[in-house]
Amino acid sequence: MPTHLQTLLDAGRFVVTAEISPPKGSDCTAFLATANDLRGTIDAINVTDNQGANMRISPLAPAALLVREGIEPILQLTCRDRNRLALQSELLAAAALGISNILALSGDYISFGDHPGAKPVFDLDSVQLLEALATLNGGHDLGGATLSGVPAFFAGAAAAPEAEPFELTMNKLSRKATAGARFFQTQAVFSPERFARFAEAVRPLGVKVIAGVLLLKSAGMARYVTANIPGLKVPPELIAELEGSPDQLRQGVAIARRQIAALRPLCDGIHLMAMGKEELLPEMLAGLDR
Amino acid sequence: MIVSKQKPFAEILAALGEAGRIFLVGCAKCATVCKAGGEEQIWQMQELLAAAGKEVTGSIVIDEACHLLRVQRDLRGKGEPVRHAEALLVLACGAGVQSVSAAVEQRTVAGLDTLFLGNIRRFGHFEQRCSLCGECLLNETAGICPVTVCPKGMLNGPCGGMDEGKCEVNAEAECVWSQIYSRLKARGEFAPLIRTTPAKDFSKMRKPGSLKLER
Ligand code: SF4
Ligand code: SF4
Repeated sequence: MPTHLQTLLDAGRFVVTAEISPPKGSDCTAFLATANDLRGTIDAINVTDNQGANMRISPLAPAALLVREGIEPILQLTCRDRNRLALQSELLAAAALGISNILALSGDYISFGDHPGAKPVFDLDSVQLLEALATLNGGHDLGGATLSGVPAFFAGAAAAPEAEPFELTMNKLSRKATAGARFFQTQAVFSPERFARFAEAVRPLGVKVIAGVLLLKSAGMARYVTANIPGLKVPPELIAELEGSPDQLRQGVAIARRQIAALRPLCDGIHLMAMGKEELLPEMLAGLDR
Repeated sequence: MIVSKQKPFAEILAALGEAGRIFLVGCAKCATVCKAGGEEQIWQMQELLAAAGKEVTGSIVIDEACHLLRVQRDLRGKGEPVRHAEALLVLACGAGVQSVSAAVEQRTVAGLDTLFLGNIRRFGHFEQRCSLCGECLLNETAGICPVTVCPKGMLNGPCGGMDEGKCEVNAEAECVWSQIYSRLKARGEFAPLIRTTPAKDFSKMRKPGSLKLER
């Protein structure tokens, strides 16, 4: 059975996804409360996987709790922390728990996180993980054995639309499409012009594009993510705009609304990253024609 | 060559513990080039140990400390100074230390940290280019190793952290896929850029390795 997200995308509906970080600990109450508040606003919720290489509860548990609540999750899965056995068994566990949207990621490098001495795995890369998803969907594991119970994963991948050299980024994305990615969720977009070039270039791949929008909470936060999050660069003029505002958070919401409006005609959906300020998502989306 | 670096002296002293009579072993190959275990470092170590109240019974710089039989022979040839020692301190890579520990009864102390198989950029500057994966991919990757030079070992193009051709892990370094891409393109070799590289067979680098050449 296709997932809700898949059904919407296939029907040409404009989708809205948002990501929520699972807790560092086993108490998912706040996580679920945040998710519940977004019911009706968001089509699917990304559950991040040890984001930025910071250890948190495995996304499998909170994603399964979302399913129980009737909210559709997109399970993020990184190659950083698991070898091919662990990745496949995690995926089968997800399928058993009713989780079918998977975002296949290589994962931020271990040195960025809170366990810098850990051994990184990277047994597969993101393209090979997408191939593993397709193999499982075909009823087999990577060893060639037949599965009892065949999953129906809706596979997605990450894209960095502003990364240069562009040609190299595109080469990577076409490999992801070939390996079975059906949708791309992109890194935060700051330049709709550059995004337009990207959207144009990926169109022949036939993969749905969900454009990333990051809520800039303050000039300080914008500078922090620029310095510390791989592939994320907030342009100086946006930082200046935040700096010059008496209420930086409000200004951040205004910037996000502006980005969303500019991106709306260029993509198949929006992926919102509010970094703990999820209560502001409805405001960011207000008036969006979906 | 094998790149190694001396452990801090305090750590070496702690590892020697109560042992008062020490025999020193160096290696004339890699450890010498790394300035970690050649003649010069053996002399310096001898002085440091003497100052710390240890008796150095003797020393030897073996031609290749990784050579199991040669180490056994050379140490036997040293006779009394080796037999008289309570511990052997080895300034060679981990392989060298184990040749020594296999050859003698006494405690064998590793004086170096063994880092990686390295290329020499210039004297004193070593770079890791190969991680001995057992099935070389260089023919597909323009002679540049993504298994080693990419921190994530990505085999199908750059990760999402690459920007301006730089690596997410080290902004000073060029992303290995940016290097591979420009080289292949300059040569007009597009096939490897389109083909997906399947999951690597890591059984080829399973430990411990052993190879016996057929005659
Ligand atoms: S592909 Fe393997 S053998 Fe070849 S250079 Fe890289 S690590 Fe070494
Ligand atoms: S930026 Fe390039 S070299 Fe660095 S981790 Fe990513 S793929 Fe590897």
